[in-house]
Amino acid sequence: MAKYILKRILMMVLTVFIVTALTFVMMQWMPGSPFNNPKLSASQIAQLSKQYGLSKPIWQQFLNYLVNAAHFNFGTSYINTGQSVSLMISQRLPVSMELGIQALILGVPLGMYIGTYQAMRKNTARDYSLSIITLFFTALPDFLLGMLLMLFFAIDMPIFPITGWNSWMSSVLPTLALGMGVIAFVARFTRSQTLETLDSDQIQLAYAKGLDEGQVIMKHAVRNSLIPVLTLLGPLTAGLLTGSALIETIFSIPGIGNQFVSSISSKDYPVIMGTTIVYTILLQVMILLGDIATAIADPRIRLGGKD
Amino acid sequence: MAEKTFQVVGIESSSDNEKIQKPSLTFWQDAWRRLKLNKVAVVSMWFLIAISVFTIVMVPFLSQQQANKFNPNEIATYKDLPPKSGLPIPGWEGKHDGDDLYSDQNVPAGKNFILGTDDTGRSVAKRVIVGIRISLTIAIVASLGDLIIGVSFGVFSAWKGGWIDLILQRFIEILSSVPFIVIVTLFTLLLGAGIWSVIISLILTGWINMARQIRAQTLSVKEQDYVLAATVLGERPLKIAMKHIIPNISSTIIVQLMMTIPQAITSEAILSALGLGVQPPTSSLGSMINDARDEIQYYPYLVLIPGTFLVLISLAFYLFGDGLRDAFDPKSGDSGD
Amino acid sequence: MTEKPVLQVKNLSVEFHTYAGTIKAIRNVSFELNKGETLAIVGESGSGKSVTTHTLMGLNASNATISAGHIFYKGKDLLKFSEEEFEELRGGEVAMIFQDPMTSLDPTMKIGKQIMEVILLHDEDIEKEQAAAKALELMKQVGIPNAEEHFQDYPHQWSGGMRQRAVIAVALAGNPDILIADEPTTALDVTIQAQILHLMKEIQSEIDSSIIFITHDLGVVAGMADKVAVMYAGQIVEYGTTEEIFYNPQHPYTWGLLNSMPTTDIDTDELSSIPGTPPDLLNLPKGDPFAPRNRYALDIDYEEEPPFFQLSDTHYAATWLLDKRAPKITPPKEILKRWDKWKKFGSKSALPKISKFGVAEKKKTAKETAVPKSGAEVTGKDNI
Ligand SMILES: Nc1ncnc2c1ncn2[C@@H]1O[C@H](COP(=O)(O)OP(=O)(O)OP(=O)(O)O)[C@@H](O)[C@H]1O
Ligand SMILES: [Mg+2]
Repeated sequence: MAKYILKRILMMVLTVFIVTALTFVMMQWMPGSPFNNPKLSASQIAQLSKQYGLSKPIWQQFLNYLVNAAHFNFGTSYINTGQSVSLMISQRLPVSMELGIQALILGVPLGMYIGTYQAMRKNTARDYSLSIITLFFTALPDFLLGMLLMLFFAIDMPIFPITGWNSWMSSVLPTLALGMGVIAFVARFTRSQTLETLDSDQIQLAYAKGLDEGQVIMKHAVRNSLIPVLTLLGPLTAGLLTGSALIETIFSIPGIGNQFVSSISSKDYPVIMGTTIVYTILLQVMILLGDIATAIADPRIRLGGKD
Repeated sequence: MAEKTFQVVGIESSSDNEKIQKPSLTFWQDAWRRLKLNKVAVVSMWFLIAISVFTIVMVPFLSQQQANKFNPNEIATYKDLPPKSGLPIPGWEGKHDGDDLYSDQNVPAGKNFILGTDDTGRSVAKRVIVGIRISLTIAIVASLGDLIIGVSFGVFSAWKGGWIDLILQRFIEILSSVPFIVIVTLFTLLLGAGIWSVIISLILTGWINMARQIRAQTLSVKEQDYVLAATVLGERPLKIAMKHIIPNISSTIIVQLMMTIPQAITSEAILSALGLGVQPPTSSLGSMINDARDEIQYYPYLVLIPGTFLVLISLAFYLFGDGLRDAFDPKSGDSGD
Repeated sequence: MTEKPVLQVKNLSVEFHTYAGTIKAIRNVSFELNKGETLAIVGESGSGKSVTTHTLMGLNASNATISAGHIFYKGKDLLKFSEEEFEELRGGEVAMIFQDPMTSLDPTMKIGKQIMEVILLHDEDIEKEQAAAKALELMKQVGIPNAEEHFQDYPHQWSGGMRQRAVIAVALAGNPDILIADEPTTALDVTIQAQILHLMKEIQSEIDSSIIFITHDLGVVAGMADKVAVMYAGQIVEYGTTEEIFYNPQHPYTWGLLNSMPTTDIDTDELSSIPGTPPDLLNLPKGDPFAPRNRYALDIDYEEEPPFFQLSDTHYAATWLLDKRAPKITPPKEILKRWDKWKKFGSKSALPKISKFGVAEKKKTAKETAVPKSGAEVTGKDNI
């Protein structure tokens, strides 16, 4: 297991390295990038030049950039002049994480419950209706759902605040907007996994032992279909990163995503680059967590010697 | 009589018998028969056909420029009109909070906008038609791109096997662990926003899924006797791929395509909402929603109309894709996306 | 023979409803099982063997209906059982061993616990420790070496043969009256096969249960079964004692099966297979479904299904060849050789003993594996 995790960490470092290299390339050559922006004043150029060692050969610049990035030093913002990008990110990151974790806490258990229920009632009217509902929320983009929720439950019926992130009430709509997609995604995946498990010999044996349906599901099916669901943590996080960027914008939540979207429209490159690297690291960590959780739940990985 | 009946006839005369049996259906006929039994999938299929036909038929009558055009001198007259059907249908009479905006703004009598107008007085109906056209085109072109790259990559990786497969799989693994938003942001900043950069971004992130599915399928087909036989007979790999492998994984390809298109539609909308997608004045379903975002309190229909089409079209693709998958493989409940 | 059978199946028919129509999976199946007896059900893939046993356990898929028949277990009609009564029965009085030990155990649960699960389920008074002790006892009984050490193992740590022993332990945990083994050895190596069969025989004599043994391979039947039911396209086409089926077979399908089986007790020049494929159960042909593959088919076979003809108290066959109007035909010469033996020895007791497991294997390996030592596989720890 230690070997397995070590391998995953190596992959993770490699990925972050590649993304960092890409951002470096863009910093170098992109029109309007930090290094060739006509708007920069002479003193700013001098400062950049000092910080990144622009006079040095390119590989040294890259090393420099890597060292800086490794220390979460992404330079200063263009727009909020003088403000350190890493500080901007670190102030806003907790808000986004709170939103994302709330959506996961809402979505994963509920999605698993719905998916398992559907698999148990396969091809009944309830299964069909739930399938259509989960598909509907798959087809409905998070940000559109967010706008609709805002329209109905904050504007037409002013139950929740329209914007902000200062009370529990203000987090309900954004969490729902992000969480419904999670529910739908997890439910669809759980349904198919559970159907596969229910079709397997081990479930036949479980029934042949004399267990009733509830016992078969709880003692044997759930654990076996839970294992693949854990590996969803990665893809889910990838979706949440994108989703929350837009949701935060719509609900004016002071998170990293909101800042990212405005940095794109204002071409605030240092912020874009910094956020990009932070996003990549976040996703890597979540994939790793998912893998570790899978390994813990699956004795075949934990004890090695897979079938 | 009895003697004749008890004559040994053996297997030979069984040709008679075979006529009684129904001719066995081919794979595709069988799948089609199953698909037809799935009402939801059939309705979705007809909906998609209708939308596509309508979109194509409208091309000569409505150009993108016509939908974008507005007369700066008449904005005050035509701006922000609610939908008006011209018929006494409640909620569809061009009224806002009881005011008849059409007469308030002195819109010439008889001029109705069935889906209303936006803040520069452009017809939402026209913009939605063009928007659907552009969104669908982007999604389909991107999905076909996914398909070409994904199928070539998947088949190649599985066919070669060994260390080539290993390296390609690692490559896919790394690429898929870079967040979508990161890839498209970097890429669009590099190319500049626009339809083509949206398409390329979508392909860049979308082909991976296709490649994975195709690789898994190819691996299983590769072991089949007819493929082994062709290999032994010395057929060229490309020919084997075209003649034996691709036809046998075509059902997977079709299902995967049907699942990729709605994802591309959603992704296009997300990109446009991020400001990285289709740029004004061009309309796509996503950019229309994004343009109307700040006005949702006052003109909700500007969001609801393109939003409804976006969801309906995506949903129809998903439902049809689900139906196809069940029709091709009746045992599968679902195989994930 | 005066004792009442443990299990009586009468005219059982099961249908599956699918999008394409109704599949008549089994039709008019009847057999009996006495205490301590082993019945083998033999037939090609798709002939309805598993559907028959799943029906006995109330485990059929939801699209199945039992369109006719009765199943009496110790006089109680199983088809009137509620789901709760079936749960009581399954794993307790009737237990099942599955084909593929690699997939039939739960990969996420310790093996000891999987055995304990059955004990705790069917004995409400038992304490956890007692159940664990009993599970350990069972592991030893089925020949798992160093059972204490391996009690906490997960299935993937064991070899196929060992896993099948664990599945047998699970089956034994409820002290079953009837043990259903659905191709318990097909997924295993030849040598392991013989050991598992031997184990089953041994256990049967210890606990005096009845066994329904399903296989598509007549070869493994010889040493195992007292009675054989040959199934084709959902029907039993020949039914008799093992000796009757092996040395006095009457149905051309049984002939085909016997001739496609490598054997040591009859000289065979070549193995032949049965031509053609089984019929589509959705659209059964008119008459005898086997006729299109039957070299000895009569005209009437294409018109009318044959009834059962009784040859002895215990032997039945459904073929028009046994009708008195039918012409005399000469079966393949291997079958004639079998008939010769039958004529020579006549009664059961005089028959040469069918070599224990040798028939299961190809000729050349037959000698080496004919007399497996019980526990030969079991001694080495690395075999687990
Ligand atoms: N749930 C089901 N729905 C439809 N048809 C089914 C179902 N289960 C079994 N059948 C059909 O019933 C027939 C008998 O199947 P069964 O599993 O009993 O065969 P078998 O003799 O056990 O074969 P094998 O040796 O392959 O295990 C097959 O034609 C099969 O297709
Ligand atoms: Mg079977």
